[in-house]
Amino acid sequence: MIQFTVNGFPQSTDAPADTPLLWVLREGLKLAGTKFGCGAGLCGACMVHIDGARAFSCQTQIGDVAGHMVTTIEGLSADSSHPVQRAWVAERVPQCGYCQSGQIMSAADLLQRNPHPTRSEIVEHMSAHICRCGTYQRIVRAIERAAQEA
Amino acid sequence: MNRHIKSFGPRVSRRQFMIGAAGLSFAIALDGTNVATVLAKQRTGEALSPWISIGTDGTITIMSAAVEMGQGTMTSLPLIIAEELDADWSKVKIMPAPVIEAIYGNPGFFLTRMYTSSQNAVSSYYQPLRLVGAQVRRVLLDNAANRLGVPVAELKTEPSMVVHATSGRRLSYGEIASFAEIPAQAPTIGPDELKKPSDFRLIGKDVMRVELPSKVNGSAIYSIDVQVPGMLYGIVVRAPVEGSAPVEVDESSVRAIPGVMRVVRLPYGVGALAETVWAALAARRALNDAVTWSRTGTSWGFDSEKGLDAFAADASNLSAPATDWGRKGDAAGEMARAATVLEATYRADFAYHAQMEPLNAVASVSPAGDAVELWCGTQNQSAAVDATARVLGITRDRVKLNYLLLGGGFGRRGHADEEFIVDAVLLSKEARAPVKVLWTRGDDIRNGRFRPITAHYVRAGLDASGKLVAWHHRLAGDRVTPFSDMGLYELGGRKDFILMAGVDLDSYDIANQWTELLYRDTGVRTSPLRGVGFAASTFVAETFLDEIAQKRGIDPVQFRLELLRNSPRGRKVVETVATMADWGRPREGRALGFAFVDMVGGLAAGVAEVSLDRRTGQITVYDFWCAADCGVQIQPDNMVAQIEGGIVYGLGLAILGRITIKDGIVEQTNFSDYLVPRMRDTPAMHVELIPSDNPPVGVGQTSVPLVAPAIGNAVAQLTDIRLRQLPMSPERVKTALG
Repeated sequence: MIQFTVNGFPQSTDAPADTPLLWVLREGLKLAGTKFGCGAGLCGACMVHIDGARAFSCQTQIGDVAGHMVTTIEGLSADSSHPVQRAWVAERVPQCGYCQSGQIMSAADLLQRNPHPTRSEIVEHMSAHICRCGTYQRIVRAIERAAQEA
Repeated sequence: MNRHIKSFGPRVSRRQFMIGAAGLSFAIALDGTNVATVLAKQRTGEALSPWISIGTDGTITIMSAAVEMGQGTMTSLPLIIAEELDADWSKVKIMPAPVIEAIYGNPGFFLTRMYTSSQNAVSSYYQPLRLVGAQVRRVLLDNAANRLGVPVAELKTEPSMVVHATSGRRLSYGEIASFAEIPAQAPTIGPDELKKPSDFRLIGKDVMRVELPSKVNGSAIYSIDVQVPGMLYGIVVRAPVEGSAPVEVDESSVRAIPGVMRVVRLPYGVGALAETVWAALAARRALNDAVTWSRTGTSWGFDSEKGLDAFAADASNLSAPATDWGRKGDAAGEMARAATVLEATYRADFAYHAQMEPLNAVASVSPAGDAVELWCGTQNQSAAVDATARVLGITRDRVKLNYLLLGGGFGRRGHADEEFIVDAVLLSKEARAPVKVLWTRGDDIRNGRFRPITAHYVRAGLDASGKLVAWHHRLAGDRVTPFSDMGLYELGGRKDFILMAGVDLDSYDIANQWTELLYRDTGVRTSPLRGVGFAASTFVAETFLDEIAQKRGIDPVQFRLELLRNSPRGRKVVETVATMADWGRPREGRALGFAFVDMVGGLAAGVAEVSLDRRTGQITVYDFWCAADCGVQIQPDNMVAQIEGGIVYGLGLAILGRITIKDGIVEQTNFSDYLVPRMRDTPAMHVELIPSDNPPVGVGQTSVPLVAPAIGNAVAQLTDIRLRQLPMSPERVKTALG
């Protein structure tokens, strides 16, 4: 039994230790906001925070999460009030929305460590992600807005 | 079973006011210029599911007939009804419409399908839904007039309120719903009784997309998120080639995985059922090497590079047989008389949708196998029901469909066979339990259905003054529509519109045009893909026109303005984008390229600012300007978002994404070898919409075809080379540079 914390609550799972965290979150804990996109750390749809820093949950084995703190999109705020979430609505970023949980988690991670990133720092950080609807320009605007309003 | 899943049926108060009305009448649909609506009872013989329900508490429930995949139709179609109904938008609730084609079918597909595709939801439903809204408003007014004892002409509406100005009396829509009577026939609404665009309260005002806020906190539900009590997990390895079947299966390595329950042979592949998702995914990996396949199916041995070479050889060989697609004037005769004839050959590779949500579905087949409930993300609700009923041998009414948000569609999820749903149906039937089937990203590519390969031979005849007098385009292409939806192919007169879209140059004043099809069937799985035929054929036409302008020594924008002499709207988008981009101002080390498209009446022009690394062959796009005239703007900011998204999608098709096939099998495996644009690849995008009262045209695809020719034309400015194959990858650019 592997024990860890998700969004402030203690959790445990009997999944094999090499199971990706992604699937334990989605199917085990029913926290389905974290998405499966590629299973290979290439698209960023699965991005979460582990101990406050972003991580591909599809590339993180659940065994390595034992004793650590995981934050998912559901735990970023109780009411969509995180500055990044508010900026995402204000700039009307999402289209299909499937990649956006991961994008938001990455953006929150960036701003936490670098509250006023330059345009090129945003682009470099966020290029870990793929959005097939092509919302990139609005993502940049939303991050700049969040940096201003936070 | 499955009772905890929220019902998608309409929930309305007991005292409700129901009006059913929809669609085009058959006679009028023939000329496509007029519409009418009738009460559902008149159409179907029974009063069934409504478009609109008004509760006595004032809640207005409006059905959403199209699916939501990010393009905004879940908001924009109900908004059209609400506008003419003069509804208070804050009291509107939107429900997914049940699958009843006679009421909710897409007029753009002859009311035969509930199908969200071809960017035609808004354009097809716009006029019928306005009438529906106006008819319901009229019924409310008539009932209010009766109750108040005043002539209906003295009544006006404010949002969700009927007002008698002279007496100051007011009746809310909810109040009226408590006593209203439904007329035997739907009231007639003349075209001049619809609102003037200047009176719109909702259309054009950028209301918040209804589902958007749920997409920033993880609460938006896609089918991949659904869980049902007692649900098992299924995976399927499908035959690598369409028409192939499993021969031998080594089940032992799969069965040895803890949590795997059984291996299931399917006609087209092998599935496995597991208690947990991780066991299922382990089974999927184990099945990679556990199956041998029959060499049935036509694409074994097919090599996409050699295949495209053969297409190109035939297209440019004028004695190779072809079928006429379009003829205007006498292109062959004028070509023979022309002072100058120019020619070129172009190619486009297979391309993959790469929607972010890998295909998946949840099915719960009853133990007797005679009923099923589905949860899926489909572009084609009708096909989901039909395909499921067909494989189970049951009637449509035994299929309950819950259609959820789509994590991208781009044309992938509307095929008549809906094979990813059938996977779940067949496995659930075998398991006698609900099953969620997941495709991995590798499955999604390997089982991909692609934008077809096409080769294009074009020649242009110029008279002695340099005027373009004849245009001849021979397209050799792999079939799409018959593979995607044979019924639609038949309905469309056995013409492959998905493949051939964009070959006819409607806006341009070119008196003699001749387009031909060399129709091929490689056996490869093909599909409509965002931009459809336009993506390749606009690349061909706009690149070739640019070359003609260059040869004539005239400015490419000026040349398009000449060709658009009969299209004031076309000239307007061209002039607008030229101004936006400051066309004509030289850029140090960079160049501008231009393109125009008329996509079924949606007019758009684009300019790309580009540089080229001659050492690596890498193209960089810095800015992309786009001006578009797509008629009435239902949700303008959302249209801008669609155009931006189309530019990014078009960028992928232009320089990155390439599917290759060897011995019939797809070679790409994930985003490591099928490249799509990331933020660092994306130019700054500048979009301007031309205000218009013309009927709205969809905008989901319009910008896609502009990108490749605009980029290629800019590269030609920088280098004097013409890139004639999509994608314009670095290797190809290097080869072209020599």
